[in-house]
Amino acid sequence: MSYPEDRRYAKSHEWVLVDGNTATIGITSYAQEQLGDVVFVELPAVGSTLERDGAMGNIESVKAVSEVFAPVAGEVVEVNGALEARPELLNTDPHGEGWLVRVNMAPGSDANLLTAAEYEAFLAEEGAH
Amino acid sequence: MNGARGRARREGVIFDRSSPGRVGYQLPPLEVPPADVRQTLAGVALRGEIEELPEVSEVDVLRHFHRLSQLNYSVDEGLYPLGSCTMKYNPRLNEELARLPGLAQLHPLQPEEQVQGALELMWELEQALVAITGMARVTLQPAAGAHGELTGMLMVRAACRDRNSPRSTVLIPDSAHGTNPATAVFAGFKVVEIASTSAGTLDLHALARHLEGGDVAALMVTVPNTLGVFEPEIARAAAMLHERGAFLYIDGANLNAFVGIAQPGAMGADVMHINLHKTFSTPHGGGGPGAGPVAVSQALVEYLPVPLVERTGDRWTLSYHRPKSIGKVRGFYGNFGMLVRALAYIRSLGRDGLKAMAEGAVLNANYIRKGLEEDYHLPYPGASLHEVVFDDSRQLAHGVKNVDIAKRLLDYGFHPPTMSFPLIVHGALMIEPTESDGVEELDAFIAAMRQIARECRENPELVRGAPYTTPVRRLDEVRAARSPILRWRRSSR
Amino acid sequence: MHRYLAGDEDRRKILAAVGAANVEELFASIPAELRCGPLELPPARSEEEVRQEFWRLAGSNLAPDCTACFMGAGVYRHLSPALADAIIQRGEFFTAYTPYQPEVSQGTLQAIFEFQTFVCQLTGMDIANASLYDGATAAVEAVLMAHRLLPSRRRVVLAGALHPEHVAVLTTYCEPQGIAVHRVPPGADGRVDREALATAVADDVVAVVVQSPNVLGIVEDLEGTSAAARAVKAMAVQVVCEATSLGLLTPGGELGFDVVCGDLQAFGIPPTFGGPHLGFFATRQEYLRQVPGRLCGETVDVDGRPGFVLTLSTREQHIRRAKATSNICTNHGLMALYVTIVLSLLGKKGVREVAMASHATAEYLKAALRSPGSGVTLAHPESPTYNEFLVVHPEPDELLRRLAREGVLGGVSTTRWSGELPPGILIAATERNTRGECDRLLDGIRRLA
Repeated sequence: MSYPEDRRYAKSHEWVLVDGNTATIGITSYAQEQLGDVVFVELPAVGSTLERDGAMGNIESVKAVSEVFAPVAGEVVEVNGALEARPELLNTDPHGEGWLVRVNMAPGSDANLLTAAEYEAFLAEEGAH
Repeated sequence: MNGARGRARREGVIFDRSSPGRVGYQLPPLEVPPADVRQTLAGVALRGEIEELPEVSEVDVLRHFHRLSQLNYSVDEGLYPLGSCTMKYNPRLNEELARLPGLAQLHPLQPEEQVQGALELMWELEQALVAITGMARVTLQPAAGAHGELTGMLMVRAACRDRNSPRSTVLIPDSAHGTNPATAVFAGFKVVEIASTSAGTLDLHALARHLEGGDVAALMVTVPNTLGVFEPEIARAAAMLHERGAFLYIDGANLNAFVGIAQPGAMGADVMHINLHKTFSTPHGGGGPGAGPVAVSQALVEYLPVPLVERTGDRWTLSYHRPKSIGKVRGFYGNFGMLVRALAYIRSLGRDGLKAMAEGAVLNANYIRKGLEEDYHLPYPGASLHEVVFDDSRQLAHGVKNVDIAKRLLDYGFHPPTMSFPLIVHGALMIEPTESDGVEELDAFIAAMRQIARECRENPELVRGAPYTTPVRRLDEVRAARSPILRWRRSSR
Repeated sequence: MHRYLAGDEDRRKILAAVGAANVEELFASIPAELRCGPLELPPARSEEEVRQEFWRLAGSNLAPDCTACFMGAGVYRHLSPALADAIIQRGEFFTAYTPYQPEVSQGTLQAIFEFQTFVCQLTGMDIANASLYDGATAAVEAVLMAHRLLPSRRRVVLAGALHPEHVAVLTTYCEPQGIAVHRVPPGADGRVDREALATAVADDVVAVVVQSPNVLGIVEDLEGTSAAARAVKAMAVQVVCEATSLGLLTPGGELGFDVVCGDLQAFGIPPTFGGPHLGFFATRQEYLRQVPGRLCGETVDVDGRPGFVLTLSTREQHIRRAKATSNICTNHGLMALYVTIVLSLLGKKGVREVAMASHATAEYLKAALRSPGSGVTLAHPESPTYNEFLVVHPEPDELLRRLAREGVLGGVSTTRWSGELPPGILIAATERNTRGECDRLLDGIRRLA
């Protein structure tokens, strides 16, 4: 699996794609593999405030619930409504159509995230591949 | 063979059998004048016939549910070694007695003088459970194990407050059943998990550390634990808790392992629930009803729910005058029908039979352990009591998981072991045979499990695709959860 | 050896196989100081001896089936079809566990699916769970669900005359959750007092709970109650104890309620001195993820054959543990099967006919007791009732005792709930009460009151 280089990654397996003040957040391909078939996604409400590394939602498979942590801070401006009807997007296209939320990012809160290469190295270190 | 259907392997829903004009009942003739509901219920919103209800005959209903029954595996069919569930034989005598009109037809609000036999029965069951547990008193009110847990933890909460020492933390080992943490939260506590030792037992050092803050209300621990291993330091743990003003909650789900051998009272337990549908053989009923009486030490007696049955000479009464009681946890007095069955079971087995029951459960579990330990990995090798927990690590090398083994076991005609916990064992196969079966049935189970282990090595694909012979094969649980269909609708067909 | 256990030869074989000299060795992990001597219990008894003991116990009770019985107050005596009990005595049903292995549990699972459907049809709701313990705990689960949805709200309003047992249980459960129980007593007519309710609700109210028919037998003002809840965006909860009333009365699901829950015992489950009965829980689709207890759903197997599974299990304790929607595990599955069978037998016509007959029989009694010289007075003569009503009498226990001597269980005395209800007798009638029984009751009251 190659990870897109246009974005940054958190060790808790989320990605962030920054465009100006807006950051799009999703989970990594590795994370979705670990979860298995996703059946439900619980996302924060538009207008709510995320703290960096704070819990921002849950992803459910048939027999497990996993928390998602916010890789950056900011106010939620959009959530991916398509996931309600098609949670499988998280499995089929985690880095694209399976994005979770867009936030108006608190400046600088994306500091110290990993590049794609660093994230892949981190996975290798963890014995993930 | 056009139109042949063989033995029914599938049965449509009852609503699809509906045919206009069929009925499955007849009421006695109405001798009183019919009510004119426009007058008697003037101003009240009324409904007409509920259109989607079925119209079927008594024979239709019989056929339907009989055919459904044929799709189930049950204790009556064979070994049902679900760990922690204690799937033992359910004697038919108990069913007969629970249906005696003098018990089954009793209304809970009849005056005490009309229900002396029922109260005596409850009192006798309490005495028997006191004798078995070595505790001071027992409430029979809770409807199930988890309900008993909640009742117990509410008493702990009340006692802490009464001592002017409100506490907010409950300690639970990581090997615990999921109801323990859920219960503690519903009783208003926060849960702190304690990691087990490498032997899978309670870590006394960790316990001591957690007790230092003084905020611990209780430790909830299952004895023997979910690995089937006795907690060797349980009495010390109790002493440590008591020294800090905290309580010991023993989850009695595994009481079947030591009835007549040891008593929770002697271990220092303050409160313990007993699953009558496990140890005392009231039937599981495909998910209930159960009964979860709670036994307490003297320290908690005054907090027991109301009412308790009291005896004065040859008279039994329901006592509500208990000022420190936590109140009521359900309507009336408990699942009385289950209490009848449990007392009948205790009477049938008696003093020595109950002990022989525990011995039989432990013998059978150890026999299975011996029979399978060459083929399956035992992550915690401590001495097993009534159940043994293997894992799938050896089979995983061939790409086969515990769930695959379980499904293949269905093809061999056995119900699988428990797999969902303990959480400290990855890929668990938790086997509890109970005392009910003789060696032939155990041998057949062992042979099936060993054959599956061979298949895992030689033809793992076969195991991964199982089951093949059941009424349905593996079901798509992802589809069920993504687009839930939780009821029939006429338009859906 | 005992008839429920294996024999001595089995023991010898097992001990030889595991390499133990005796059974004692297998218990070596239990410290000696924790061991006990022989239990203080009688020795094993034969089937016949046990039967004799239980016959004696059963015989010391007065079984209402031998008498004219008008007892209700949450537990009702409706028809109990022979077939329902025969089917739940099939070992395939009653000796099976919770259907966690769907491939060999399709019978139980499909029955749950049908049960969920019946509950939706009766309540007018979208979804229903696989059962709860009883009516009181079902009401609790409704309040706790409301609290999960509205976590900042800290007060539950109990509107009108709820069953005192339910009030007691709700009080026990709400306290540790930090939910205050606020009661709004009924008005003089025994129904929810709209004005008092409007004053009581505010935006800190998590739910408004109303029982209908209420403990006085009176059909509640459901529209007014749900409107009061909606006005402050609280959850509206209807509790139903006399479930056969749903064959005649429009359910909360069609009157703006968020939850309809209660007990289905009235559909033929024997009273059994208070349990096991059958808690049920129905709600709207939008609250699906917050529903307590098990849910069964339809799906397909790998070959495309339709089948059923327990689903949305991530809500439950065995997965979510401390964050579960309820701690419930074992529910009342076999009772749900029983009521599924009864509802199948009754069907479209029977559900209505039972309700109409029960109502008519109660109205017959009410009409007679309304007239001067009946011996008692109706507590709420102008209020609509389904099949139960309260009559006022200064010494209800004594009157009931006298009636019992004549073979009539005339109802339930309210003195056990003296703080809650005025002194009197709750009289309930069902389709099983014949006109002859009714006349014996009326005659008895006239003479003995």
